[in-house]
Amino acid sequence: MELALEGITKRFGSLVANDGIDLVVAPGEVHCLLGENGAGKSTLMNVIYGLYRPDAGRILVDGRPLELTGPGDAMAAGIGMVHQHFMLVPVFTVAENVVLGHEPTKGPKGVGLLDLAGARRRVRELSDRYGLAVDPDALIEDLPVGVQQRVEILKALVRDAKVLILDEPTAVLTPQETDELIAIMRQLTAAGTSIVFITHKLREVRAIADRITVIRRGKVVGSADPSAPENELAALMVGRSVSLGVTKAPPKTGEVTVRVRDLVVRDHAGTRVVDGVDLDIARGEVLAVAGVQGNGQTELTEAIVGLQDAVTGSIRLGETELVGLRTREVLDAGVGFVPEDRTHDGLVGTFSIEENLVLDRHRAAPFAKGPALDRTALRANATQLIGDFDVRASGPEVAAGTLSGGNQQKVVLARELSRPLQLFIASQPTRGLDVGSIEFVHRRIVAERDAGTPVLIVSTELDEVLALADRIAVMYRGRVVGVVPADRHENLRDVLGLMMAGVPEAEAVAQAAAYPSEVEAAAADAGDDPVVTT
Amino acid sequence: MSTSAPAQPTAPAAAAAPVERSSARPVWVMAAFAALALLLFGGFGPAGSSTFALSGGGAAVSLPDLPLPGRPSGWVIGLACVALVVVVELARRAGRPAPRWAVPLFAALWVVGFLVWVVAGQRISLVGLLGGGLVLAVPLVFGALSGVVSERAGVVNIAIEGQLLAGAFLSAVVASATDSAWLGLLAAPLAGALVGLLLAIFAIRYLVDQIIVGVVLNVLVLGLTNYLFSTVLSADRSLNSPPGLGPVAIPLLSNIPVLGPVLFNQSVIVYLMYVAVAVVHVALFRTRWGLRVRAVGEHPRAADTVGINVNRTRFVNVLIAGALAGLGGAMLTLGASLAFGQNMSAGKGYIALAAMIFGRYSPKGALAAALLFGLATNLQDILSSISTPVPSQFLLMAPYLATVLAVAGLVGRVRAPAADGQPYVKQ
Repeated sequence: MELALEGITKRFGSLVANDGIDLVVAPGEVHCLLGENGAGKSTLMNVIYGLYRPDAGRILVDGRPLELTGPGDAMAAGIGMVHQHFMLVPVFTVAENVVLGHEPTKGPKGVGLLDLAGARRRVRELSDRYGLAVDPDALIEDLPVGVQQRVEILKALVRDAKVLILDEPTAVLTPQETDELIAIMRQLTAAGTSIVFITHKLREVRAIADRITVIRRGKVVGSADPSAPENELAALMVGRSVSLGVTKAPPKTGEVTVRVRDLVVRDHAGTRVVDGVDLDIARGEVLAVAGVQGNGQTELTEAIVGLQDAVTGSIRLGETELVGLRTREVLDAGVGFVPEDRTHDGLVGTFSIEENLVLDRHRAAPFAKGPALDRTALRANATQLIGDFDVRASGPEVAAGTLSGGNQQKVVLARELSRPLQLFIASQPTRGLDVGSIEFVHRRIVAERDAGTPVLIVSTELDEVLALADRIAVMYRGRVVGVVPADRHENLRDVLGLMMAGVPEAEAVAQAAAYPSEVEAAAADAGDDPVVTT
Repeated sequence: MSTSAPAQPTAPAAAAAPVERSSARPVWVMAAFAALALLLFGGFGPAGSSTFALSGGGAAVSLPDLPLPGRPSGWVIGLACVALVVVVELARRAGRPAPRWAVPLFAALWVVGFLVWVVAGQRISLVGLLGGGLVLAVPLVFGALSGVVSERAGVVNIAIEGQLLAGAFLSAVVASATDSAWLGLLAAPLAGALVGLLLAIFAIRYLVDQIIVGVVLNVLVLGLTNYLFSTVLSADRSLNSPPGLGPVAIPLLSNIPVLGPVLFNQSVIVYLMYVAVAVVHVALFRTRWGLRVRAVGEHPRAADTVGINVNRTRFVNVLIAGALAGLGGAMLTLGASLAFGQNMSAGKGYIALAAMIFGRYSPKGALAAALLFGLATNLQDILSSISTPVPSQFLLMAPYLATVLAVAGLVGRVRAPAADGQPYVKQ
């Protein structure tokens, strides 16, 4: 079936998220919707799926206008969606999730007894047909995200979706899982399903798209052929020419000052979420921790900063043992920390920028005057840092929560980097930021490295890891699978991807050589340099 | 298919996590209870025999009394408890789950030991103890079911107390005015549902904090019924003299020794309770409706994206919950053949809420917890009429103390539905 959008406009208050968008998705094609974070891609898809009512414009299916009052209508019209944040009930089984809202029943009419055997059968049938291996009886909360995504796709297929919307589907996947997803997408399009693939990753677009539509600030700014060069796509997406990747000098590595030994962190249930980790970080290098979300990276950084309770082992910063110290003592020892959830853990949203900038140092001079805050000193500090870190705000008294993501992150960075550091930790430093902010954050991190500070980066985005790291530690199920220098392998991306699934380095090298990933291959075919984009 | 790396790369060494043993805490709690059993029931056990009368009034088969020698029984039970602790600990060391019967058996033994100890050489009627406990448990069971139905859909129902009270009031008044207990029984769920309606409107439609609305409704119903009691009902006594729904013996079943008179010679409201527990259980876990309700309580947005109307589901469930609690209120008046009295629910709604949580938001668990609370209350009533070494205040406190310890140590953290208490707002 053909899906067409005509002049879709959606406003949130004064913000125009979608501004007169036209789009046609042909049967059996993979149509990539490319755009930066905040460009309005997800809003548009939520309009198509009936979750948002458009303020103007209409949706046509095979030429006939479609009136949507909710997701039920969209599904009835053959539109299925895999949300970026999975819409799965964690305590239900796969089969229960797949049939929810669409349940087969048995027994007397009107009673509605669930036919779970029928549901299981349906799941098996579909997963066989499309090569989506899942156990219908597994609980969602026990499944890795890659498998959860398959369940989401099954949910759409069980409703006979003819158009499948995938919203940033690769954000949570390893490169190899991405390849599996691409294989599934090929099967689906071969069967006549159209796919709308939303992403901001240029690399993937080139590998799978039949057609590309680029969205910027809520408007369609152009369409492109998958064979277009990467920097051309990037320029179209961002609206100016961008330098892909960070320019950085080779590291001037000094002595090792951070030593993590046999670190174990337990969660509330007593499970070892960090399971015997050893790491060294030297002055003047960036050690990046790569891995799929939820493999202990978050807990590792939080253990260093003293935000985790059940920690055993040793974390030495120079001569200081950090395990057992309170967070304030850790910060005073010279640790700077950018948490992964900046709005929740990095800032107090209702506090002003100037207050947020001294959250860690408001107790002492120059910001404290006896028991009171020295407002003049706060203001001077804020004015200085807002300039240095290019924070776009109408003034230092503005509430931090009202800033854009990029500017919020700049405030966090400004606070953490404005005192002398012995260790700088940044967790997901650019998640959800626009390209301009990403460039800025990356340059700042590299500058801190070049100033001689040991830097620990945690990122689930391989692009970011590759852009910043001098050495890469891959974590899987709480353990470090291996530590790889950034210049050791030609096909580093593939090797890391396999290691992210728990494969040891040597084996990963062999496998990666035997089966180069499709996304890599597409990049190579086009004759591009393996440039790094985020 | 995929031309790339084999699907699902295997992770050899890295994946092999050490076998995790389950926590030792439940075993410690059990061990503490076992030690207490040995010490209290054995060491300080009563000298004489505690006698349990097995025949209640009107039983077809007459059974002899069951005398249990105080101290020896205490020792036997204490040692059996210790043995069970060993069984559970051995299973834990082997990395296996403990046998399913171990903890319930432990609890049952402990209760028997406790009974022998408190009865201390006196004689009590077992049928009276169990039957009376069941009667006292009925409002709690209905209240806890009400909580389950509401909270499984994601709405916290603190208003159970008010719904019980409203049900008690309206059933008494309607039954008195029409001189029909059956019409009164019909009025009870309506009264409860009306309170539920208010909760639903404010909590779901106007997004007022569910706990605050619930508490306000409880106070409102208490004030309103007190006012009507002291004005209307005092002025015309005939409005508050309801006919009761007394015990009805079910043929054959009521002749079963001990259990017959306890379970099957009761008010029709008790029989309704059996049906309600079974129906709610089946509906919640075996039907399409139940799957949707649970989805709404766990992940409302996911439910919304598959076309389930979240707020309508919640609205309906809160009404059903109110009706269930209202029915429980009828037990206080019609079921007990009593006139309505001020603040008749006397905190039972809150106990019902505790029973729901203790029962892990499941109908069966709620039933078990409510029965335990009812039994404990009745035991305290009975013991206060015979002389026992234990102060009655302690007996009143004991079941709740034991519950807190048992919940903390054995049941573990009770997981509420993930979206419980959070209003759902469409974007």
